[in-house]
Amino acid sequence: MIFILCALMGLAPPTNVRAYDTPDDGGGSINIEWQLSPDDAQIDGYEIYRSEDGVNFTKVGFIGKSRSLNQDQTEDGITYTYKVAAVSDTLRAFSQPSMEVISSASWINVAKMNIYVAMIIFGGLILYYIYHARKGKKLFIRKIAGLQAIDDAVGRATEMGKPILYILGLGYIEEIATLASLNILGEVAKKTAQYDTKLIVPNADPIVYTVAREIVKESYTNVGRPDAYDPDSVFFLAREQMAYAAGIDGIMTREKPATNFLVGYFAAESLVLAETGAATGAIQIAGTDALAQLPFFVTACDYTLIGEELYAASAYISKRPLLLGAIKGEDWSKVIIATVLILASIIGLVSRFPILSLFQ
Amino acid sequence: MKKRIPLILIFVAGLLGVISFVIPHPSYQVYDEWMRNDLLRVLSAFAVVLALGSLLRVHFDKIRRKRRNWQYSWLLLVAFGGSAIIGLFGGVAADGILPTTVRSFSFDIQTLYENIVIPLASSMFALLAFFMASAAYRAFRVRSTEATLLLTAAFIVMIGVLPLGYSISKHLPAFVQWILNVPNVAAQRGIVLGIALGVVATSLKIILGIERAWLGGGE
Repeated sequence: MIFILCALMGLAPPTNVRAYDTPDDGGGSINIEWQLSPDDAQIDGYEIYRSEDGVNFTKVGFIGKSRSLNQDQTEDGITYTYKVAAVSDTLRAFSQPSMEVISSASWINVAKMNIYVAMIIFGGLILYYIYHARKGKKLFIRKIAGLQAIDDAVGRATEMGKPILYILGLGYIEEIATLASLNILGEVAKKTAQYDTKLIVPNADPIVYTVAREIVKESYTNVGRPDAYDPDSVFFLAREQMAYAAGIDGIMTREKPATNFLVGYFAAESLVLAETGAATGAIQIAGTDALAQLPFFVTACDYTLIGEELYAASAYISKRPLLLGAIKGEDWSKVIIATVLILASIIGLVSRFPILSLFQ
Repeated sequence: MKKRIPLILIFVAGLLGVISFVIPHPSYQVYDEWMRNDLLRVLSAFAVVLALGSLLRVHFDKIRRKRRNWQYSWLLLVAFGGSAIIGLFGGVAADGILPTTVRSFSFDIQTLYENIVIPLASSMFALLAFFMASAAYRAFRVRSTEATLLLTAAFIVMIGVLPLGYSISKHLPAFVQWILNVPNVAAQRGIVLGIALGVVATSLKIILGIERAWLGGGE
């Protein structure tokens, strides 16, 4: 009866319904595609029906008109059949059922192949230069002002008899910016141990705190000054963003550190910290990979490590050839990316003549 | 041995993390989920105890030695003890054994958080407005070529987004949009590319045991 009504009303069903296991996923999902109904402009949308026996169909989804793809959550190992109905008010025009389909989990995500290739190329380049560095090849690394200033900053604090404040930011231990900051902390702690300068390291995360404490302790031991290590120099302050900022502001105004390091992951508190530090007259060396906070650091700090410089810092300070080799590998990776970008831009420009459309 | 065990652990954990990116199968993802969530949470629990111990030790020491502003440490200790008792025995949403309501006055953890911590954090956040003004003043002082460029670009963008910009030239808003969409985004993408490669290199160095500063350095 409905079929006759649909025919009378001229409501045509979608065609070529195709159901297939969602590729490169962890299972539990089937994609359903169809060709739009010729009456797509007049209908409300499409209903998706599913059956396990090919006879009894139940509605499992609805999608608006002009759309021809839907994803259904399923149970792996069960055979399903799908139908799609064009819906207009109370009328439904059903498609022919799809072929039978079973969802399953993939072992390899082939869709990420381009990333694997990039990982192999970049990883290979980095390992190649590390290998060369291991063989004793001399590697050039450009000067990074912020890192060159570390020695001066520590020296200044020593001369003034004031402490150095090292702020690791809000990042968790699994964030690379935090790990990079911990690497720098290790090198800075060695210098403070050598100069016998007081180091203050307030932390926002309990795990980062425990790691930072061990790093500082090890650094003092490595330069032969375990006696100079103060266990209370590295401490947990607060997990709350603004409580952490308020606590550090308090330390800055009370202790008046000669040098502030703001290295790691920062959010809105970056400016609060950097401006307070600037007001106390400290030399400030900042570094973060949080793009939104970089302008604040550039404005309020004396030196800023921008993005990758943060990751290169540990190698730069320690001057260990193996670490420098990794930086060389990074640089060559950038050359490859820049070359591809320039070529792609030229192709893009050539295909979009006239060049006067640049401002559009 | 003291350094070798952490290095082996890092190598294995790092490698398993990379593999989880390649294999979407649930039998492997379940393990990855366990590593990331369950194991890390257990480690966090131990770390929290150490961290709170550190916090208390620092403030007890401050009171004992009567260091500058030592009185505030009492405030911290009282707040710490009070919220610990209310949280442990009163429950998060007043569902514990300790009554956390006296007539219309509630003092359960959620209420305390919403009425003390959030307003205090908001006050700190509000300070940003003043800090922005002072930072902007510092940034816009013409001291170098870069500062001059910054000032010029900022001036054009500020004028261009205002109705005044359109009055000066009908092309100005489009030019401002171009500054924001092309040179600005290009610079940001350059930084992001560097960051991405830096992340790959740092991860590789740590996984392979080349970067050992987090162990306190050494070969």
